This record gives sequence, C-alpha cells and structure tokens, in this order.
Amino acid sequence: MKFIDEYREADAVARLCDAIAAAATHPWVVMEVCGGQTHSIVRYGVDRLLPPGVELVHGPGCPVCVTPLQTIDRAHAIAARPGVIFCSFGDMLRVPGSHGDLLSLRARGADVRVVYSPLDALALAAARPDREVVFFAIGFETTAPANAMAIALAHKRRLSNFSALVSHVLVPPAIASILQSPGNRVQGFLGPGHVCTIMGTAEYAPIARRYRVPIVITGFEPVDLLDGMLRCVRQLEAGRAEVEIQYSRVVRDEGNAHARALLDEVFEPCDRAWRGLGTIPKSGFKLRAELRDHDAERRFEVDTLVTRESPLCISGRILKGLAKPCDCSAFGTRCTPESPLGATMVSSEGACAAYYLYRKAAS
Amino acid sequence: MCLGVPGRIVDIAEEAGVLMGRVEFGGVARKVCLAHVPDVAVGEYVLVHVGFALSKLDEAEAHRVFELLRELDEVST
Repeated sequence: MKFIDEYREADAVARLCDAIAAAATHPWVVMEVCGGQTHSIVRYGVDRLLPPGVELVHGPGCPVCVTPLQTIDRAHAIAARPGVIFCSFGDMLRVPGSHGDLLSLRARGADVRVVYSPLDALALAAARPDREVVFFAIGFETTAPANAMAIALAHKRRLSNFSALVSHVLVPPAIASILQSPGNRVQGFLGPGHVCTIMGTAEYAPIARRYRVPIVITGFEPVDLLDGMLRCVRQLEAGRAEVEIQYSRVVRDEGNAHARALLDEVFEPCDRAWRGLGTIPKSGFKLRAELRDHDAERRFEVDTLVTRESPLCISGRILKGLAKPCDCSAFGTRCTPESPLGATMVSSEGACAAYYLYRKAAS
Repeated sequence: MCLGVPGRIVDIAEEAGVLMGRVEFGGVARKVCLAHVPDVAVGEYVLVHVGFALSKLDEAEAHRVFELLRELDEVST
C-alpha cells in the first residue's frame, strides 16, 4: 500500500542503521512513547538493529493498558445492566476486570458490541431508542476527536439514550511525570506521531527545554522509527534538545485545528489515574458540565469498586523505562496475554504482550 | 490503539450535516468521517483512525526520508 510499503524497505532500513552506528559515540537511552510504535519495534526487531549502547525503552502510550482496573470494573457493571447496549473498541474486550472480561460478560448474556468507529455506536442509539447505548470512550488525543464528535452529535440530535464512559488520557503530562520520576533513564523521546497529528508540537517544546531532552515526533513503520532514532541520536550527540518532526508526511507543527476546537467544546482536562503509573495531575479529559447528560458515570451509579493489583507485576517500572518485560519473574509463566497480571500485558500494544507475541521463544 | 492507516478518498458527500466520504485502503473501501479535514478532495490520501480522517498525507514530505538517504550515500561515496 502507498505510504506504507516504501517505509518497510530492507535497504533503507540497513542504511539508516549504518548512519545511526556512525552517529552514536556514547550510549543513549531513548523512549518510544506510543504503544503502536512499541508493537512495530518489537514486531520488526527495530531495537535489535541498533548499535550496542543505543537502547530503546518502551513508554506508557497504550491507552488500553493504562486504563485503571476500577474503570474496567465500572464498564462491566454498566454493561451487565438490563436494557444497556455496551459499545467498545475491540481491544478493550479482552482486558480482564476483577470478575472476568467483557467477552465473558457477553457470553453470560450482556449486550456487548464491538464498534469500529464511535459513530457506529451513535447510529445504534438512533436505531434503538428503546435501549440505553453506552460507548466506552478511551484513548489518547488521537482518538479523542472521534469520540468527541459522537458525543457532540448525540447532544445536537437529542439522542438522550446515548452516553459515554469517558477515560481519556493525555501524553505530555505522562512524559513529564516519567522525566520527574526517581532513577529516570530516558534521555530522548520518539514522540507519538498520531497524537501530534491532532495536537501539533506546541505542548512538547516546554518539556524538551525544561528537561533538556530531544523529542522527535516519529511515525510507525521501521524506516520512520530508525529515521526518528537517527535524528534523536544526532541531537543527543550535539547536545541539542529540540522538538523535531520526522513524521512530516502526516504531522504539522500546528496539528489539526478543527479537531482541537471540537475537543475544547466537549472535554476539559482532569486528573486521571493511570494503571501502573498512578494518578497524574491534568493528564486526562472528562466531559464538560454542559454535556453531563451524556456522562455514563452519572447516569449509571455504580457501587464503590474495590480493586487490587497483583503484587508481582512490575508494569509501573516498565512503563517508566526502568525495566524490560523479561526482567519480570511472572513474564510468560504466571502472566500471559490470556491471563494478564497487569497493564503492559493486557493489550497487544503493551510491551509485555508484544515481547510475549514476538520474543517468547528467545527470552 | 492509535493505529492510523493511509487511504485514498473515492468520494465525498455530506450526511445529516456531517462531511463523510468513502476511503479506499488497498482495494477495500470504508465510510469515513471527513469533518476534521474539510479541505480534502477526491483522489487525495488521508490518514484514517477509528473511522475518522485525521490529516492529509503530504506527498512532498513523504519523500524527505529517501532524500536524506541519498544524501547519506553521496557523503559515503
């Protein structure tokens, strides 16, 4: 496919690897932020093509992974109610809550449906006025405009049977939190290409300046990832700490103003708990007060949920770049994608699940 | 989760006040919301995520990395 195949060419990959090896005179630790990048890096073995000493560590950018157990339990409690049609992106269905996952809930009779787009959930609400349609609105800034559109249209069209369980997360506060954490190893970032397609680069310049880290907004294919690494290593070697766009065929400095205007209309920033990382101030979106009629948390009161994470799981350290999946005693034995113990194993974009899928034999 | 796939716009039509269109991905066409990229035209490539076009693909910028590779070759030869 155009704009994909050429970025997987072996010859270009080899030449970029040579250029990185020639540029790197020191060891460097670089974090890729986005889970899509993590998946691609592990799938293609991009990290293993880097010269010795240049290390990629995996960041917190998998929204399915960082959705707190409590939110998942809340989703399950709502989905189990009679009269509710619960709609979710497919990757959320296998994430276990305290009492099984959404798929097993569906097997027991709940009406849980996978949607490709939030507009599919909206269409369902219009077609079924006799039912409550609840959409599980998760994701980073990439997904937020799509979810915002569904909520804004529901409001405009007076679809009172449509509500959203909102658990949006934002990238810049999370990377600032990683840089502030004790023992931080990260010296540079491959920034999240699709998040910045919406948000642009403005939020990243103050982080690059304050923490003296280069941030290279990078794409998702092997050639993109290695080009991003080359740019990041060159900045690190030159002592520069700037925001640079590698993924320029898609990302502009100013981002997508249309999408951002809609985000402002529908959401406002809020503190948000991240599975594995804890609560980070102003790191999420919640619905604005004017749209509270479409807030599933308000509409469906759920009893206080008590959840407990596995004491074995080291996903908090993995999400901060302090450990790798194979450092965990439970990896691949007590913790697998079929029965995950924590954040980084629950979705294929989590570092542990990606290692399990592509590297279990070797580890 | 932030998966985005480039596809070519086949047609554009407003539906209930929302700009929509069909986008083709390697032979498969899907309906996509174009509201966030209102200045697109049929034949152009857009990046699509959860049924929404997020950005127009820039053909000139798409070649930039390969130009960089050519420069690297010139330096080394």
